[in-house]
Amino acid sequence: MIDNLTIIGGYDKTGRSEPVNKIEINKGEITGIVGLTGSGKSCLIEDIEQMARQDTPSGRKILLNRTEPDEEIRTNPKKKLVAQLSQNMNFLANMSVEDFLRLHAKCRGKNINLVDEVIRKANTLTGEPIKKDNNLTILSGGQSRALMVADVAFISNSPIVLVDEIENAGIKKHEALKLLSGNGKIILVVTHDPVLALATTKRIVMKDGGMQKIIETTELEKIILNQLSDIDAKLMDIREKVRFGEEISERIFINAPQVQSLAYTN
Amino acid sequence: MKMVIVAGTPGAGKTSVLIYALKHLIKKGFNPTAAKIDCLYTDDNLKFEKLGIPTLVGLSKDMCPDHFSIFNTGEMIDFAKTQSSDLLVIETAGLCHRCAPYTRNSLGICVIDATTGPNTPRKVGPFLSTANIVAVTKGDVISQAEREIFRERVLEMNPRCKIVEINGLSGKGCVELAEFIIKSDYSVLQEDELRHNAPFAICTLCVGETRVTKEYHRGLLRQIDGFQYYDGE
Repeated sequence: MIDNLTIIGGYDKTGRSEPVNKIEINKGEITGIVGLTGSGKSCLIEDIEQMARQDTPSGRKILLNRTEPDEEIRTNPKKKLVAQLSQNMNFLANMSVEDFLRLHAKCRGKNINLVDEVIRKANTLTGEPIKKDNNLTILSGGQSRALMVADVAFISNSPIVLVDEIENAGIKKHEALKLLSGNGKIILVVTHDPVLALATTKRIVMKDGGMQKIIETTELEKIILNQLSDIDAKLMDIREKVRFGEEISERIFINAPQVQSLAYTN
Repeated sequence: MKMVIVAGTPGAGKTSVLIYALKHLIKKGFNPTAAKIDCLYTDDNLKFEKLGIPTLVGLSKDMCPDHFSIFNTGEMIDFAKTQSSDLLVIETAGLCHRCAPYTRNSLGICVIDATTGPNTPRKVGPFLSTANIVAVTKGDVISQAEREIFRERVLEMNPRCKIVEINGLSGKGCVELAEFIIKSDYSVLQEDELRHNAPFAICTLCVGETRVTKEYHRGLLRQIDGFQYYDGE
């Protein structure tokens, strides 16, 4: 059981010690990683994936339950602790959703009855429902991402999940993170998306390859998050309507002058 | 001198993976030599030479590429010795999935592309099942679920192997692979043998017959219904 993960700082691109030299992340906690392109976000994720022990270019060290993970965890493929979700991932297997989930459940030694639950949870994240007998490769971007999230939450069952930029996925992002962290996992999210960034408990700011500082999500940010989540849900709603060929009548930006004047004329 | 033999399907990323791993090995003080075997054409030697690694190229042309690299292993070792190298890396161009070029005294690395689907590990045969290390590439573009299924299938075929997940473009995972090479204690011996025999394939096609169908062929043959026989003198 993994209760917490510790990142011990190393060096940034210029060889200086990182300003943040220790971060501890507990299970059920969501941590963001933010920063400009090339600031070292992906490197940090890779260090965690590889359970770095001062043997990667950054010189960072990763601890699990405050101790160094043993060799077995790093090298035994059956004991991999880290699952990943990213924007670049696709389903390439040419089979039905049900057959695929059953195969995955079997590989991970899980009860195949989980399959229905995974599809049900995935459908809470996406507009258009996924059906059991849909072929995996015909799923839309949003459906695929939703299924990947639910699958990682219930079947992969790795205690650590690294999420890399799923912002444009067309799924309910905030709900997706809750679903993942709800199972007591440690979640790290690389993101530029304000909904995702504010849904974390804290975020690591990266610069020049180093961990620059940590921002704990403030009370104000949590309120802003709720508003952003509402807008996000609304946008998804409208997107589905566009897809289904409907006319859009919502006035979500009700305070915009053009919308108000239209409201009077109608 | 250590010997590493790398095999894998075309386009899986053998060369890219090796380039990153070799960079790390050079940093660690190794003086490697490379041998690149291909069938008809290669310019991969330029990539190795760019790192300052002496490289021997072999084109198998009319000979089976696996048979070619097995047949020429001695020459590759001699080449590495003349370079006073402490590590010989042989990259082969196996095609039919029925041979495995690894010898008992070499570290066998199989490079396999995860996007080719979950049945691939069951199809590729001894170059996967007799490898010490299986390097899985392109896993970054498939779902976590497919990665895990792929991993499981690899272990089904080769339960004792080490699996390294590698991104041949960014080089992620290559340091881990290089560390396995450093830790391995295989070294070149005077007498060496294959871990797995090549298929018996002595038939008229091997000596240049081009006409199709049964009546033109002699040798050790196998019918589509599985009946295997020898026809000839």
